[in-house]
Parts: sequence; structure tokens; C-alpha cells
Amino acid sequence: MATATHVLTPEESEAHPPQEAVVVRFAGDSGDGMQLTGGQFTLSTALAGNDLATFPDFPAEIRAPQGTTFGVSAFQINFGSCAIDTAGDQPDVLIAMNPAALKVNVKALREGGLIIADEGEFTARNLAKAGYDQNPLEDGSLAKWQLVHFNISQLTLDAVKPFGLGNKEALRCKNMWTLGLALWMFDRDREPIVDWLKSKFAKAPELAEANIAALNAGHAYGETTEMGGVHKHHLDAAPAEPGLYRTVTGAEALSIGLVAGAQLAGLDMFFGSYPITPASPLLHHLSRLKEFGITTFQAEDEIAAVCAAIGASYAGQLGVTSSSGPGIALKTEAIGLAIMTELPLIVVNSQRGGPSTGLPTKTEQSDLYQAVYGRNADAPLPVIAARSPSDAFECAIEACRIATRYMTPVMLLTDGYIANAAEPWKVPDTSKFAPFPVSFFDKAPAEGEGVMPYARNDELARPWIKPGTPALEHRIGGIEKAPGSGNIDYSPEAHAEMTRIRAAKVDGVADSIPDQDVCLGEAGAKLAIVGWGSTYGPIHQAVRRARGKGLDVAHVHIRHIWPMPKNMAVLLKGFEHILVPEMNTGQLKTLLRDQFLVDAKSLPKVSGQPFTIAEIEAAISEALK
Amino acid sequence: MNEMTTITTAKDWASDQEVRWCPGCGDYAVLKAVQRTMPDLGVAREKTVFVSGIGCSSRFPYYMSSYGFHTIHGRAPAFATGIKLANPELDVWIITGDGDALSIGGNHTMHILRRNLDCQILLFNNEIYGLTKGQYSPTSRVGTRSPSTPFGSVDRPVTPCMFALGSGARFVARGIDVHKNLPDVLKAAHAHRGASFVEIYQNCVVYNDDVFAGFTNREVAADKQLWLKAGEKMLFANGTKGLALDVERLALKVVEADDPAVIVHDPRNKGIAAMLIAMPESFPMALGVIYESPAPTFDSAVAEQNAKVSEGKKPDLQALVSKGQSWMVGKEPREL
Repeated sequence: MATATHVLTPEESEAHPPQEAVVVRFAGDSGDGMQLTGGQFTLSTALAGNDLATFPDFPAEIRAPQGTTFGVSAFQINFGSCAIDTAGDQPDVLIAMNPAALKVNVKALREGGLIIADEGEFTARNLAKAGYDQNPLEDGSLAKWQLVHFNISQLTLDAVKPFGLGNKEALRCKNMWTLGLALWMFDRDREPIVDWLKSKFAKAPELAEANIAALNAGHAYGETTEMGGVHKHHLDAAPAEPGLYRTVTGAEALSIGLVAGAQLAGLDMFFGSYPITPASPLLHHLSRLKEFGITTFQAEDEIAAVCAAIGASYAGQLGVTSSSGPGIALKTEAIGLAIMTELPLIVVNSQRGGPSTGLPTKTEQSDLYQAVYGRNADAPLPVIAARSPSDAFECAIEACRIATRYMTPVMLLTDGYIANAAEPWKVPDTSKFAPFPVSFFDKAPAEGEGVMPYARNDELARPWIKPGTPALEHRIGGIEKAPGSGNIDYSPEAHAEMTRIRAAKVDGVADSIPDQDVCLGEAGAKLAIVGWGSTYGPIHQAVRRARGKGLDVAHVHIRHIWPMPKNMAVLLKGFEHILVPEMNTGQLKTLLRDQFLVDAKSLPKVSGQPFTIAEIEAAISEALK
Repeated sequence: MNEMTTITTAKDWASDQEVRWCPGCGDYAVLKAVQRTMPDLGVAREKTVFVSGIGCSSRFPYYMSSYGFHTIHGRAPAFATGIKLANPELDVWIITGDGDALSIGGNHTMHILRRNLDCQILLFNNEIYGLTKGQYSPTSRVGTRSPSTPFGSVDRPVTPCMFALGSGARFVARGIDVHKNLPDVLKAAHAHRGASFVEIYQNCVVYNDDVFAGFTNREVAADKQLWLKAGEKMLFANGTKGLALDVERLALKVVEADDPAVIVHDPRNKGIAAMLIAMPESFPMALGVIYESPAPTFDSAVAEQNAKVSEGKKPDLQALVSKGQSWMVGKEPREL
């Protein structure tokens, strides 16, 4: 995303011709390998030096019945020679592998945009499954777009014929044929994909060769066949700060951020988790990084996952757990115990649409209330939210810092969009990171003195005493306790005092976080668009465009949701109007109103899809009318 | 656990906290038995952690002078798993009850047993919910009258040791709160590497008094208690009766002590263990170590795998952030 990688000023970007960016959507059956195709196209895009943002959009069913509209899986990528902040409002190119994919996705295509369809899949049966009475490739219903269709299925079968695969296996190479064509269209190098196929199918070289043949055939088809409307299109590399780059998804960035955080704290990490969409990739990534002192534990349920993580923190490691909203709900009682016993813990919530099972594979940011308020009793904890895949790296380190410095659980919010989306990331120099080493308390009490596990430092943090430390044996638990000694104490004074301390300690986190900045525009602008989490991209572009039109609007994006930066009240009160776009029905809006008595207005979106730039741009114009 | 011999007394293991169970509660006897046993184990207080859930029995850790963690209802096994994996040198004891371990925490009990985490699980079974004032529990017998079952409970109880055996436990034992043999059972549980499951019949004087009198009362104890010892014949009733296998019915039967068919207790025999656990009321209650068959522990398997896959790999953070396919952007930012 532009913030991390580019030196473009807003003015430069605004001056830049918009046709230098292209939005391509690959859509097919969930068994067609569209996510894989998209992922490899993303890699080739990154290697070509374009800036990019992606949006994988796939069904909850692993293999929904073939050919149906609810089994359609899509991968959208926006890339260009300019700064890219979102996966793009409207695709310019739609590659549809079957009628259902066309039906579901064509509405989104820009008028005049290009459709490339595999006519081999437009059989009577597949048309019926998708709900088409007539073949849209032939009935003129797609007239407002450019339509190109050919039999990708047959062309693939022809290309892989020499390798003697069965029909089903041969057809699986379709996605590579399509990728080959896309690589030709955008003047890309095939070599990295060939390398990847060779390593992916190292144990089945004939499959590697067949896929490579399909890839080459798709590419050659573009080179040699006259396709009306389809041209080779070269996009220059986007301007970027010099340095080493890689692509990163939110889940990858988060996992290496947690590793970095634990290393900076000088701790081994214990990651307890239970599989849930879209949070599982974090468990998958971390389970391969054991050499960093990481133990991963796939627990029997969400509750055991968080409890084991708390147990590990109690024993002196950095306990981390991860889930999505429904799983976080199950963990809630245990998080309360971590608040009560004041142990470090990081809880990652990869949010998805809800309530209940809701939209498991679709994105939403509707767990803000859950994160800030969603526990029994007065149970405050710090909450931070990542804005993009690469930002998740920094947020993970920040969560480790806060959890260990203040002896508190920390909630780290991300969402399905961030977890799965990829973007280029300038590889940081890890030697420049400031360590925050943890020191365990091991000083034996003086003769006649008791152990004081609930003594406080200046920041109200209690000492971290590991079992195994001689002369400091003590008991902790969920029952209210006396300040200092931590002995069971139900007295009114003890409960009032401990409740006050727990809240004051979390409020005090504001002393060690940066002031809230205005990421585009000026403090005191007529309108502030205040966002959090993955709405960053569309808000940023919309504000940039609006400012290009001369509107007095600023973009404020909040990482520290709780506690908020100390300058937030003054900053927000300086704007005439405040608009809060959120993928929920107005949760941050309510929080801002409650905390700062400002007249924040909500721009909600709960369709399971990210905001488009146009939606926010229109709301800006409306607000400033 | 500790390589040096740690010399302690029972008194060293008592914390300075006032014990707050009802007068006459069986928990006092178990606490005393544990405090008396600890010095014999040669373990250090600082390396010992008592972890509990919620319920009367779960107050136990506060009364021990070791490390202790009083957690949330039913989840002690999960906390214990995190503790033991984070620091395998710690000697972990789980204190739980029938409601805690078999109702709200049944899932975790099952999984800690099948994983075989090295720890001791002491399940205080009083067949009642004490701390919430007397509702029937998952081990209460059919017909138990309680505030929530004024006309008698209608659901069938679980047999804790059978549950443990079915979950894959490698050590299953039974004891009685006030019985002199309890420390021996605790010592055997501690000596076993892996998850040692010990059901302790514990009398709740307030809500379920004398529920175990049918085999714990002095008058019937000899006839109704069969204390198992590895390698010894299964005898009871002051050595006058024994257990033998009814081969035709594939069940246990009571025979005279001199019957050559009296079974010699082999704790590794899971089939016989299941029969011993499931003996009907007309039989004596099988007590002591019923089943013991060591297997690799979860914590050692995790540690071994962590070490094995890390072998020769340097934890290089810079290499990690640079992983995957990457590309260089040159010194000069490209022109627009």
C-alpha cells in the first residue's frame, strides 16, 4: 500500500493519469483455482514493480456444487504505475471461467470493460445452473462491455495432451492457461511462475510440466491470435523508495510481527488457537517458525486455546491466542481472568461478518464493541487495530510491547480483508527496532515480609513472577484481591481500589503511544473522515480525490482504539464535521461520541464487501454540500 | 522433579491463608493428605504449581504454600497445559471437582487425558454442586433430590474413572478423602509420568452427607473396599474373598480367597481395569491404582518436536521478514 512503499505526494498522484492503473478480476468455480491464479498474478505484478492491492473473495463452502453461483470464487487485483490503496472499485477486466462466475461478477465490471470468458464451460447444463435462459455470450446481453470468448477448456486440453493426464486433471490446468494469457496481456515474465510450479509439483514432475505447458500455451495464444479488444498492455513500475520489497498478506505480516515482538521482548511465544475462518492462517504460519522459540498449540476449543495461552504467560512465555468474532466470544471469560490476574496476553481477532456464523469468509469490522466493551464487569483492556496487511506487522509488535509493559491482555483487531489481501511491503531493517526486554521479578521478600504480586510500578503494572522462582511462591486467581498482597479480599474497599487501578493502568497506556496524526489534509479542516482498520485504503483515496477537487477534508485513521491518543479530544473538536465510514452500523461513531461528546456521523456498510472509493467520495461531497 | 533432595515437612506446604471450607468437609482431609505427601516426593515448593477451576475443591491452591493458579470453571486442564508446555520443569497438579471436571470442563478433561500431559489430576467427587448450594451434579445418582431436582434427578450419572479410561488416560486411580491409603495413591500418581487421574471420594457434609457411606463406613469398609496392589491378588473382606474372571460371561465374580482363579492385579490390563471400575453395587469398590500403562507425554513430545525441527536453524528475524520472492527497487526513485 502506498503509505508503506511510496514517496509520491498526493499532488503527484492526483496529477497522474488514472489509466495507469488496471483492475482485473479472476472469477471461476471454487474448484477452478482462482485464488492460486490471483496469488501468482499478484507475485508477477509485484516483481514487475507495480504497486498493487488485492481482494480475494471466496465462498464459505470449500467445494460448493460445481457451476453454481454460490460456488463462485473471485480474486481481484488493482495494480499500476501509481500509488494503489484499494483493490479497486470496479474491475476493468473480468476473466470468467464459467457462466456462474460471469453472472455473479459482471455487474461490477466498468462499463466498456473487457470480459474474457471460457466458452467451453458455457454448456446448456452450466447455463441452467447459473440461471441463464440463453447463452449470454451469444444473445447480445453483454453489449455494454467488450466481450471476448474462446474455448479455454479445449485449448488447455490440447496443450497438456502430451502429458497423458486424465480429463479431470488436464482441465485443472485451465487456471494456468488463463494466467499465461493474463501474463501476456500485461507483458509479464513467466519465469517466476515456472519456478513456482516446479517447486509446488516437485514430487509430480509431470504435473509441473503440464501446468507449465498450459501457462505457455495461454501466453502463446495471446501472442499469436487476433482477439478484438485484447491488447498487450505494459504498465511501468510504480515509483517507490529504494530497497528490498516482497509481497505480504495480513496473516503473514501479523505472524512475523508477533515473532518480532516476542524477540524484542526477549520471550518465547506460546500460540494457542483453534481453527476458524479467517483466522487460521496465523496458526499455519506460526507453526512453521518453531526455531524462534514458538510453541503452537491447536487446542480442543477456543476456550482451551486462550486458557493455555494465559497459562503460558503465567509460566513466563508470551501467550498469544487468535480467532474471529464467534471464537473471541467464547474466550471472553478467560480474557476477564487475564485482566483480573494482570497477565500479558495478545488476543488477535480477524473479524468477519456476523452475528453468529454470519459471513465467515466475508469481511466486516463489527467487533469493535466486543473488543472495547464486550466483557462482563468493568474489564478494560487496550485495543489496537491494523489498517493494512503491512500495518499488521507494526501493530503486532505494538501489541507485544503494551502487553508486557503493562501486564495486560491486548486485543489486536484485523479483519478477513486484511488477513487475506496482499500488498507490496518494503522489508524493514529489524536491527533498527527498539527492544523492550522483559525482566521477571525475582527478588525474595525481606525477612518477615510477604510476597507482593500486586505491588505496582509507576505505570501501575504489577511484577511478573514466574513459577520456579524461589521464595516468591504465591497464589493468584479470579477472585477479587487485596492490593499488594493479592490475597483474597472481598471487602468494598479492595474491590473499589482494584477496579480503579485496573482501569487507570489501561488508561495510562495513552502515555506511551504517539499522538493521533492526520494522515491526509490538515487538523481543523471542515470535514474529517475518521476511520479505523481496513477502511484505510478507500478513505485515503476518496479524501485524496476530494481534496483534488478543492474540498476541505482530512483523513484521520485511528490505530489505538482503546485507550485513544491523548490529543484525540482536541483534534476531533477542531473539525467542523466528522464522518466515520465503517463496515458496521456505527460502532466507532458511538465510541467517539461517548468519549469526546462530538457530533460524529456514521457512514455504515455491512454488505460483507469493502467500501469503494466512490462511495466515500460521494459521502464527502454530500457532507460538504 | 528436583535433582537435589528437598527436605520439607507437611507444615512447610501449608500457606498462611485461613482455610474456609465447611467444618467437617472432606476437603480438609485431602488437603492434609496432600500436605503430608509432598515432603515424601522430594519436590521443591517453587517448582510446584497447583491449578484449579471453580468450586469448593478449587479453593485448594490458596491453602498450599507453592505456586497456585485459581482459574475459571472447568478450564484448569487448559491452563495447566499452557503452564507445562511453557515450562516442563514445573510439577503441575490440577485440583478439580465432579462438576468442574465432568460437566462444564468435560471437554478439557477428555483432551488433557488423551494428550497425556505430565500432571496429576485430583478429582474431588462429592456427587453434588457444593459452592452453588447443593444442586445435583453429573455424578449424582438417579433420584438425587436437590434444589434444582426437587422430585429427584432423572439423568444418569457418569462414572469418572470410566470416562478417564475412555478418554485414553494412562493412569487411573481411586481414593477416599479420609482413608489412610490416600497418600500412597497420591505418591503413585506423582511417580507416573503422564496425566495421572485420581478420583477421590469426598464427603460433602452439608449437601450430600454420607453419600458414600455404603462403602466408606467403618462397619462395611472391609467388605466393600478392594484395595488394589500391583502383583498381588485382588482380595477383600479381610482377605477372605477375592475377584475372579467369569470367563463365560466375560465379567468379574466374587470367589473365596483360596480359589486359584483369583486375579493377580496387573495395572496394565485395560480390560480388567474397565471391569473393576464398572463393578455394580453388590461388589466391593475398586480402590488404589486401577490402571497404569505409561506412554510418551504430550509435553515431552512437543518439546522434542520443537527441538528437532529447530535443529541447525538460526532464529534470524531479518531473514524471516525478507522471506519469499522479493525484488529490489534501485537507489533513484523512478520518474513518473
